[in-house]
Amino acid sequence: MDLIYGAIVTGILSGGVYALMASGLTLVFGVMDIINVGQGALVILGAYLTYTLGQHFHIDPFVSLVLTIPAMFVIGAVIEITIIKRLKRERTMLSILVMFAVALIIEGILTISFSADLVKIGASYVDSSFQVGSVYIAYIYLYGFLMSVVLLAALYVFLYRTKFGQGIRATVQNRTAAELIGINVSRVETVTFALGVSLAAAGGMVYGAINTFNPVSGYDLISRLLVIIILGGMGSLAGALVASLVMLVVEDITAVVWSPVWASLVFYVVLALALLFRPQGIFGKVVARRQ
Amino acid sequence: MRTVIAFTRSSKWLLSFTAIVALILSVSAFPSQPASAAAGPIKIGFSVSLSGDFSSDGQAILQGYQLWANDVNSHGGLLGRKVQLIHYDDASTPTQVATNYTKLITSDKVDLTVGPFSSLLTIPSAAVARRYGYAFLAPAGGGPSVFQQNFPNFFFVQPSPVADNLVSFANWLKSVPVSKRPKTAAYITVDDPFAKPETDTGRSFIQRRGVRTVYNTVVPAEVKDFQPIALATVHSHAQLVVIGSPGSDLTIALIHTFIQQHYSPKAIIATSGPDQGKTFSNAVGLRNTEGIMVPEGWWYGAKTFQNPEFIKSYLQRYHGTVADISQDVPEAYSVGQVLQQAVQKIHSLNNAALIREIHHDRFQTLQGPMHFDSAGRPMGQSFIVQWQNGKPLPVYPSRYAVRNVEYPKPAWH
Repeated sequence: MDLIYGAIVTGILSGGVYALMASGLTLVFGVMDIINVGQGALVILGAYLTYTLGQHFHIDPFVSLVLTIPAMFVIGAVIEITIIKRLKRERTMLSILVMFAVALIIEGILTISFSADLVKIGASYVDSSFQVGSVYIAYIYLYGFLMSVVLLAALYVFLYRTKFGQGIRATVQNRTAAELIGINVSRVETVTFALGVSLAAAGGMVYGAINTFNPVSGYDLISRLLVIIILGGMGSLAGALVASLVMLVVEDITAVVWSPVWASLVFYVVLALALLFRPQGIFGKVVARRQ
Repeated sequence: MRTVIAFTRSSKWLLSFTAIVALILSVSAFPSQPASAAAGPIKIGFSVSLSGDFSSDGQAILQGYQLWANDVNSHGGLLGRKVQLIHYDDASTPTQVATNYTKLITSDKVDLTVGPFSSLLTIPSAAVARRYGYAFLAPAGGGPSVFQQNFPNFFFVQPSPVADNLVSFANWLKSVPVSKRPKTAAYITVDDPFAKPETDTGRSFIQRRGVRTVYNTVVPAEVKDFQPIALATVHSHAQLVVIGSPGSDLTIALIHTFIQQHYSPKAIIATSGPDQGKTFSNAVGLRNTEGIMVPEGWWYGAKTFQNPEFIKSYLQRYHGTVADISQDVPEAYSVGQVLQQAVQKIHSLNNAALIREIHHDRFQTLQGPMHFDSAGRPMGQSFIVQWQNGKPLPVYPSRYAVRNVEYPKPAWH
């Protein structure tokens, strides 16, 4: 029973971090109808930025976000303006190819800069833990989860309590109507894409403190992130959060109770079953655009 | 009548055309192996994982080959010719690795081939090399599934077949008094042709020493979230943990969770990870390496053939310390040494003669003397290395040991 309890706690805490990484992906899809398959590589880029600041300037991983989030925002804006915006036709399909190319470029640059060696973000609290009942909870999981909650809440406030956020939601609901009422849709898209990429900085920091990573680790991530946003409903932030928690908890329980062999399979079985009964995902696109 | 003549002419053209095509195909199917007297460098081709799951090991393998080639060239080359390495990235995938070797042999027309990293990639690579009659010396990839292929051209250049790597550890357990021996063991292995057979064989030997298995699980190669597996291991309270990993990621992840969970087994041995020098010590923290073991075929202080020169070359080129050297580097370097000695003995680059020579002779390497059976299986034994005071040192068997085994492993820092 302790084991299942531990798996549930770990699943929830990891799920929060995955929700953060997936939120950028689902936000960009909601606004731009673009599947950013480069999100995994961008998360790893974020992890390397934090790793570099820690190695060379001894900056704490969480403090490093003050620098890495704006840096990733700029990188996202540059990608959107120089690449995505130039796609005039069949943008959804072409963006998949283009962002895959971006992922390959990022991987190449990271390999040249850091080599293929596995690294891990270090801090005094990464291997420390505290006891709750019979289970030890690592501080990094808790801090990562709390940071994800704060950032997702901030994102919610930005989308629902600011004028620019209203513009983003209007664009999600009806791009043409948004343009007609004077919203600068082009600017909304740039900011949304950059926002999605900047969230990868935070997700990458926690991912890199929990796991070892190297320039190719993004491929392991992107398939899971895509499953999460499909299950949650493409474009839905709440869906990404719920799907992350469900998937990670189910996977962790399966791994400890049954076998790791079945854990990864269950991840996709849950997706298949959910889509069988609810093809639009847990929250679905219609609901997502209403939220 | 005209029609008949035309038909005859067409037939002649058709026959000529077919003959030309057949000639071209036969030439490309059996690429000429350049004679040793040919001018220019000796081209040695290989595929290496510079991206994908094995990229960390692949990079170290590349370093090993490059160091060997530099050392050979700085001493006048091979048969009086410079050695030129040609390599391609295989992204750690079996399909790409086969494509790479086909290209190396048929398009680049390399004189010799050497192997990539891992058993997974060695099988398709050695198959391509066999098809074209090339000798195939591999620095890694000695899992049972490789030897089951019975490749006549294949040679695994490590002291012992992979499956036997944990036998030394099991033998050491036998030397520990029963009252002090671990009572229980957990086995976590990646579903991989290198790691799983090694762990399975090790488990059967360790069980014979009276150590009860309390947790045994196989992790699919695509799984990268090791936290639940680590928690299950912690929950088993096993006194001995055996980790079967083709790379270092599983080993590092488990150790971090063990530290977080305040779980310190009496002994930890991993098939890979602790052998990767600074990649390992940087990832788990130097102090937390203390007492962790790994089966190896080389260590920096060994008095083996050309070992001091190798270390000097490594430190000159890559800097750092001797403890930073990944095991993959001397393994790849050893491949070059066997190849060099065999070529020099037959004084030729003829691959058929080379295969015969390697099967029947003995060779000196960084990993000690080496000879092979008919399946290319090495006939030696690996030894156990344990991290002590920040350095990996041989601890068993006694003929290799420079320190006693530190047992039980100290608690985490």
